[in-house]
Amino acid sequence: MARHTSIESTSNRRWAIGFTAAAAFLFVLYHWIVPNSPQPVHDFVQGWFSNANTNEMIVYIIMALGLNVVVGYAGLLDLGFVAFWAIGGYVAGWLMSSFLGNFQINIFGNPAPGLEMGIHITFWWVLLLAGGFCALWGIIIGAPTLRLKSDYLALVTLGFGEIIPQVFVNGQDINGFNLSNGTQGITPIDPIKFFGFRDLGPFDLDYKFVIYSVICAGMVMVSLRLRSGRLGRAWLAIREDELAASMMGVPLMRTKLSAYAVGAFAGGLGGVVFATHINGVFAERFNFSISIIILAMVVLGGMGNVWGVMVGAIVLSWINGIGLQQLGNTINTTFNTDINFPSFNFLIFGSLLILMMIFRREGFIPEARTRLVMHEHDRDNEEVQ
Amino acid sequence: MANALQADAITVQFGGLVAVNDVSFSVPEGGIVSLIGPNGAGKTTFFNVLTGLYKPTSGVVRLGDEIITARPPHIIAKHGLARTFQNIRLFGLMTAEENVMVAMHSHMRSGILRTLLKTPHQRREEAQAHARARELLDYVGVGRYASEYARNLPYGDQRRLEVARALALQPKVLLLDEPTAGMNPQESAAFVEFVRRVREEMHVSILLIEHDMSVVMRVSERITVLDQGQKIAEGTPDEIKSDARVIEAYLGKSGVEGGR
Ligand SMILES: Nc1ncnc2c1ncn2[C@@H]1O[C@H](COP(=O)(O)OP(=O)(O)OP(=O)(O)O)[C@@H](O)[C@H]1O
Ligand SMILES: [Mg+2]
Repeated sequence: MARHTSIESTSNRRWAIGFTAAAAFLFVLYHWIVPNSPQPVHDFVQGWFSNANTNEMIVYIIMALGLNVVVGYAGLLDLGFVAFWAIGGYVAGWLMSSFLGNFQINIFGNPAPGLEMGIHITFWWVLLLAGGFCALWGIIIGAPTLRLKSDYLALVTLGFGEIIPQVFVNGQDINGFNLSNGTQGITPIDPIKFFGFRDLGPFDLDYKFVIYSVICAGMVMVSLRLRSGRLGRAWLAIREDELAASMMGVPLMRTKLSAYAVGAFAGGLGGVVFATHINGVFAERFNFSISIIILAMVVLGGMGNVWGVMVGAIVLSWINGIGLQQLGNTINTTFNTDINFPSFNFLIFGSLLILMMIFRREGFIPEARTRLVMHEHDRDNEEVQ
Repeated sequence: MANALQADAITVQFGGLVAVNDVSFSVPEGGIVSLIGPNGAGKTTFFNVLTGLYKPTSGVVRLGDEIITARPPHIIAKHGLARTFQNIRLFGLMTAEENVMVAMHSHMRSGILRTLLKTPHQRREEAQAHARARELLDYVGVGRYASEYARNLPYGDQRRLEVARALALQPKVLLLDEPTAGMNPQESAAFVEFVRRVREEMHVSILLIEHDMSVVMRVSERITVLDQGQKIAEGTPDEIKSDARVIEAYLGKSGVEGGR
């Protein structure tokens, strides 16, 4: 039995409370409990659930929620989502460091002492600018390609996800202009001002966690509100039956583009957050496997379902970040073996995706709607009867 | 009388196959007219041209005074041409209510920002859309399924839901493609009444494709007969009933009258 109205209204307040509670717990854990714990507890938490990994997890949740708009809501396949992560990261690199030294601009910025040249804009504005810039790129890439059938769309996005990071890898000399500092990347990034009283540098992971959580909560809210409104219905209608949607007055191009733009915006947010998290932007980190991991988060979590996608992001980013390594170490020491577990990462994610596609296409925590769609034989969209 | 919808000399070719051949046709304002013909006659193809899905090889379609030939489907829909589908095409995994609300898209304004900010305008618009959707669901008699996924509805109710969704577009002309397919005689009889009621209360002109002759003869003011893409007859039910070419098309060639 589907009770959609309950999804939007009653759970709205509940999720906010649950989310805040979880974030508060983690903050207290990392800020107070762990530092004041005996060494073994400290080592255990930092080994298996380090706060660096938790922050990265938040980045992945933001990214996955963004991709969920494109893939889960609107049903458009995107295999190059990492491109937006990269672009968002570089926007942070350009606007929050001394890298563009020809300029000296400071808009509520927070440059570290001695690094005042370059552009320094406050983190919150950079978030919006990066999101907007990525949304623009989403539209640029989407406008010519969204007319294509989904297979071709997948190919084009795949190419986009390959090309953009390559541009940054090779971008230290574009007609004499240094766009990206090549493989050396851009670092350091300006510290974030924590509500005006503290600079958050590379080691303030716990306070940064609070800020990232706020952004993540914002993205959850965006996902839920858009879903329950006019645009969300149009996205789902397109996912369900594109032709019928257009004949009910839904403009296909514009609606698909808006899904792309919103997804890309979230990708940009994730990029900025990640840049401040690792205190830099490094082109080589943006590779295809990231697009696939994020896609796996959306697919595994149950396409379209915000909570499922969040769980998918948490689990997979943990496996990808430290889980596999730690499990491997444990196994290696226990059985006295010497297996390089993290090197099986792709094998695991790849097999997982394939197995999911075969046996549980709707993900582990599916929305009822996706479950039904996925197990239905593909409808023939060509001939309208 | 003015025509709500007028199609002039429509021809549609698929490669070598001429699915619709030089067919002219009109729906008078406030009228109920039918398009009939044996299987494969080109009826659905004709609908697809009217609704902008197919570009006709030649010919012009007018909705009111507006030329809508080959304009994008969503524009045509917005201008007031709504349809149902021969094979039901609901948004299966959206609720019945949401299905109806999708069709209100072009009459609503709220974009991304208003939705995110939940502005008073957006909330009012949503509330109105919800209320209107409930009304329409009740109107066609599937109100109790409002929160149910469309694909979980019984077959006949899915057809009703399609009508509700089409009405949500506030159409001037409503195209129904075999709306009684799969209905039993009682349901079909009730449907005839329903179509008349919709015409009166929703102020729409109705064009239906129908195989069930008892429905066609009772509900239509005028009937057009297609056979192999050609218009072979046009007239009142009585004229059509006694038209030799129609009888031949139905009985002589394929004998599929009352088929599905
Ligand atoms: N997209 C298409 N491509 C090629 N041929 C098509 C296409 N659509 C329809 N046709 C052909 O055009 C002819 C008319 O089909 P159409 O569906 O319009 O018939 P119909 O009158 O609706 O029949 P039915 O009563 O079975 O619904 C058929 O021969 C059909 O195969
Ligand atoms: Mg047909």
